[in-house]
Amino acid sequence: MDNENKQTNLPEETKIPKEKFAFANVGEKLSDKKFDTKPIGYFKDAWIRFRKNKASVVAAVIILAIVLYAIFVPLFNFRYDASFMDTYYSKKGPRNLILREIGIADGGMTRDFNERALIKEIAKGIGAEDADGEGATWEEGKDSYYQPILKIKNEYMQAGKTVYSAKIDTYLEVGFLYRSIQQSEYANIVAWQEETGIQVLYPLVDTANGYCYDATDANYWYKTDAKANPVTTKNGEDKSISLDDGVPLEDNYKRDADGNVIYYEYTGGGDATTAQYKVRILYYNYYRYVNGFEPEYIFGTDSQGYDLALRLASGIKLSLLVAISVSLINFLIGAIYGAIEGYYGGAIDLFLERIADILSGVPFIVVATLFQIHLAASWGPIPSLLFAFVLTGWIGTSSRVRTQFYRFKNQEYVMAARTLGARDRRIIWKHIFPNSLGTIITSSVLVIPSVIFSESMLSFLGIINLGGSTMTSLGTLLSDASSIWTNYPHLMIIPAIVISLLMICFNLFGNGLRDAFNPSLRGVEE
Amino acid sequence: MAKYVLKRILLMFFTLFVITTICFVLIRILPRELPQDKNQQALILARWEALGYNEPLLIQYGIYLRNIFTAWDFGTSWSISMLTPAWEVVMDRLLPTVLVNLYSLILSIPFGIGLGVLAAIKKNKWQDHVISTLVMLFVSIPSYVYAFLVQYFLYFKLGWFPLNVYSLADAGGSWFTWKMFYSMIPPVFALSFGTIAGLTRFTRAELTETLTSDYMLLARTKGLTRAQATTRHALKNAMVPILPMIISSFIGILGGSMIIEQIFSIPGVGQLYIRSITFRDYDVFMMDSIFYTFVGLLAGIVVDISYGFIDPRIRMGEK
Repeated sequence: MDNENKQTNLPEETKIPKEKFAFANVGEKLSDKKFDTKPIGYFKDAWIRFRKNKASVVAAVIILAIVLYAIFVPLFNFRYDASFMDTYYSKKGPRNLILREIGIADGGMTRDFNERALIKEIAKGIGAEDADGEGATWEEGKDSYYQPILKIKNEYMQAGKTVYSAKIDTYLEVGFLYRSIQQSEYANIVAWQEETGIQVLYPLVDTANGYCYDATDANYWYKTDAKANPVTTKNGEDKSISLDDGVPLEDNYKRDADGNVIYYEYTGGGDATTAQYKVRILYYNYYRYVNGFEPEYIFGTDSQGYDLALRLASGIKLSLLVAISVSLINFLIGAIYGAIEGYYGGAIDLFLERIADILSGVPFIVVATLFQIHLAASWGPIPSLLFAFVLTGWIGTSSRVRTQFYRFKNQEYVMAARTLGARDRRIIWKHIFPNSLGTIITSSVLVIPSVIFSESMLSFLGIINLGGSTMTSLGTLLSDASSIWTNYPHLMIIPAIVISLLMICFNLFGNGLRDAFNPSLRGVEE
Repeated sequence: MAKYVLKRILLMFFTLFVITTICFVLIRILPRELPQDKNQQALILARWEALGYNEPLLIQYGIYLRNIFTAWDFGTSWSISMLTPAWEVVMDRLLPTVLVNLYSLILSIPFGIGLGVLAAIKKNKWQDHVISTLVMLFVSIPSYVYAFLVQYFLYFKLGWFPLNVYSLADAGGSWFTWKMFYSMIPPVFALSFGTIAGLTRFTRAELTETLTSDYMLLARTKGLTRAQATTRHALKNAMVPILPMIISSFIGILGGSMIIEQIFSIPGVGQLYIRSITFRDYDVFMMDSIFYTFVGLLAGIVVDISYGFIDPRIRMGEK
């Protein structure tokens, strides 16, 4: 009755007869519409937030670059591997033939010389131009490709004597050497010389005529007096040559009866294959003969003569591997330990906490030392180092996991899972653990720089020694350099820069991760 | 509160005991080395026999503990400082370590807190960005890198300071002479960079939190100027976590920094530790290990207790 009344009260156009109505969805399945947008999970959400943090992204890129360096530089060095070394070219500065032309990475080092020492260096260049004993002028020597003195920067008077401050190519500084070789090698060198036109063998020096200052130093090829000053005997008497005279240096080569220079001298041994011959070689070219390329080390060489660029790569590799394994093991142990503590609580928690307390009281340095003393001989230094890191390292992770578990274990979804009959293990790993994952990952990443630092510190203090012919760590490189870095700064600077970069970048990266994973920051951003 | 303190101290000694035991076993089973001199060998062997070093390990430990409790005897140095009690050897090295670290703390605290406060007040302005970036750099760079930079610039380039800390004889026979202080300046600088950065970061974090809290709003609404509200309310509250950290650093200076002592050749506890390993002077090594453990534990406990003293709310919560 009422309905009919209502209908009559309505306006004319709404009066639609019943027959015109039809069911819209009869027989169809009704379901929610699918989202047009893609769902954003926890990690995707974190990734979006991480991307916004420019500093962290840059840090991550730098870390990646360092890792790529460590992996690919040894792979793409076709000339030699990490065990390649040259004892004469040890502690040398960075040198690259292309960069040398523009004055950087020229293997150079600025040093002070007195006149006598400067003449000795310049003479190496002159001597290199005088392979056949016909003499070479100062100008030829100074312009020589093998001239060690790159530039005389400054001259000043000190205590009445002139001191020259000059930049010297430390590779060419090696100059000439005496070497004892067999006949076959001599023949090979001569053949190579003819093929390439590069002079390796130089005339032997007459060490017996009183004009040779040091018979063992092949660089004294010119006539000197008893004080190593160059002399000329042209006018029948000895006369000192000074730098500005322009008087050419007079060679002191050993000559045969015809006045020809001698390149080799029989020193001993029996038959043709074992006989030894003394020769005088220009080491720079001898290196080229032996290796087939000129000495080029973009970061220089280390204290033993290894290529620092490759040493650095293997150092980064080892340090990072140690750091990452420590971080992973700590992650595992800490997660399990913390989960058990936090989930069960009560007496178990108290007991486990006490153990962790005691362990965390042991100073790391003491643990590392004791492990190194006891286990390094039988297990090797790296496993015992790992063990030392792990022994106390997981405590931080475990206490973080424990806090997270205390936070989450009484939440409704855990209760729901338990009501539905889920076991403890399932609740721990499936329901609570993923919630604390962000925190744990962050702390695991932040473990890496601290391990790198601790490793370098232990190496530096000499408590551990990870050095070897093919293996080294960043800390070992630094500790090798620590006693000699004042003379060879590149040995210290390059590993120190890498280690500082790694520390800074991992810290920035870790902080970025923390901000990305920490949901309490959601919406705080501008 | 007293009960809590007592409980913590007892627990600390228990932990110390456990760690001492483990260290003792691990150190005593190491083979000992005799000096080259034949006469000394006989003397030392006789002394070891008399001191019970040839007894079973458990009895040795009993003797060790008895000597500590009855005579405060932690063993004897056998090579670093021949036949001196290990306790004395360590205590002799304490003063230089403490001095260098104390100077560094005195330098770091005002700078650290000052910069932190500045960064927090100017949050998100250029001052904050500059300070925060520098802090990030300085916190991350290892301390030995600073040591080299300091040595390089202050000694090699400028020549203002000596390379190493003077020995006692060079500096006039006392640790407190002006000359000694002067030679300690480079290591103090090297130590301070990291400490300042750490303190700045901590202060900034704590102060920004208190600056945005409700009581600051209240303080401002009731008419305080920004400076008044900051110094009277925010800074005071921010100090609750900062002060314990500073207190623990003061205890930490006993331990010092091994690496800095090594680089600047400071004859301190850290250098002694390294020397005791290289010279295999195990009684000194043992003493030094106990010392480091004790300092670490003490710092932890003092932080916890000082929280209670500084902030009454935490004390109340304990009951």
